[in-house]
Amino acid sequence: MSVLSKSPWVIHYDGSSCNGCDIEVLAALMPRFDVERFGIINTGNPKHADIFLITGSINEQNIGIVKNIYEQMPNPKVVLALGICATSGGIFKDCYNVYGGVDKVIPVDVYVPGCAVRPEAIIDGVVKALGILEKKREQDCGGNCSCSGEGAC
Amino acid sequence: MSVLLQGLLYIVLAPILGGLLSGFDRILTARIQSRVGPPILQPFYDVGKLFSKEQLLVLKSQSIFVIGLLISMIITGALFFAQQDFLIVMFVFSLSGVFLVLAAYQIGSPYSFVGAERELIQMLAYEPMILLIPVGVYMAIGSFSIQDILNSPDPLFFQLPGIFFGYLYVLTIKLRKGPFDLSASHHAHQELVKGITTEFSGPNLALIELAHWYENILLLGIIYIFFAPWPVVAVLVAIGTYALEIFVDNSFSRVKWDLLLKSSWWMTLILGGGNIVYLYLVKQFPALFSF
Ligand code: SF4
Repeated sequence: MSVLSKSPWVIHYDGSSCNGCDIEVLAALMPRFDVERFGIINTGNPKHADIFLITGSINEQNIGIVKNIYEQMPNPKVVLALGICATSGGIFKDCYNVYGGVDKVIPVDVYVPGCAVRPEAIIDGVVKALGILEKKREQDCGGNCSCSGEGAC
Repeated sequence: MSVLLQGLLYIVLAPILGGLLSGFDRILTARIQSRVGPPILQPFYDVGKLFSKEQLLVLKSQSIFVIGLLISMIITGALFFAQQDFLIVMFVFSLSGVFLVLAAYQIGSPYSFVGAERELIQMLAYEPMILLIPVGVYMAIGSFSIQDILNSPDPLFFQLPGIFFGYLYVLTIKLRKGPFDLSASHHAHQELVKGITTEFSGPNLALIELAHWYENILLLGIIYIFFAPWPVVAVLVAIGTYALEIFVDNSFSRVKWDLLLKSSWWMTLILGGGNIVYLYLVKQFPALFSF
């Protein structure tokens, strides 16, 4: 295990979530569970973050924002789609302004289903993401090259 | 031990000690908030990770200022620990602050800009007190040389208690601790108080953190010279002060900038200025004070 997975900094963005998943994300990040034990910090700044937690589906309003946040994150990075809305559009799938899940815009590495997603599932998802982050780092020539980590670089 | 060697030792050891101090800080903070906290080596993991990440630059010149910050910080500390002139140390120290502000200013992102403005306000607040320390030292022992301070028989503290406590007051700003952490707080990662580092990512952010570690060790070194003839006491006071700062950090909410500025200037005037006037009177009219 390299230092990368010992210090995962996350950024959380609320797409068009009903807030159910967000509350669970914040519950998982609260001091009671003390995620700082594992070096996890909720940065709120894409340029500092390694893990992108996104809840809710992608719609006309937030498509640009999600792309922007993703592009502002330095490599290696992973994206977690939290909740069934972020995974596939969920209950909002057929709305006139909804495109669908997060993977319609940016590559998603881990899908965490649930409505709302359980804090345990979020933690499981993050642990899985750490493994992917490691793999990407190896592929990514230590994060120094400019590929986005998908496929061969 | 030659003074040159001490300067070199600082360059090698300060990041290690500074990182451990930061780890200790995070654990103590977590315990105060009834959490367990990260492992003590967490700051090293963080910085190591940042070095392994991609460098995203808004402007190429961004890196120059960050490197300038680190280098001027290292030079400041090395001059200090090599027992050179205190006045020079303080001037190079101010330079390092200016580099950080310039780095954030030039980018043009609103967060970064507000962060830089806040950092400038903080500099306005602490700079007078920082400059009064060499003045007080000169009045007390008649020399700016740190070597002379270390060789003086009595602790400086007894002649400069006001300056010492005034320094403790602005130390809170310098260590980036609450209630004076208006820019680059250690907490509140989502808020504007992190503005100054908003546009820095990966290796650049790591260098800023590294410079902060160097700075912390230097700041504690300045506490040391107030008690220099008693090394054990001096080290204990330095560590105690840091623990006190962490405690204060966790006990008070952040103040507004005008209160920060006014209170630090008043403290500087009353504690620092008062101490210097007192020293002046003692030196000029010893008869007045020989009861
Ligand atoms: S998955 Fe359920 S709880 Fe989560 S945002 Fe969608 S509707 Fe809300």
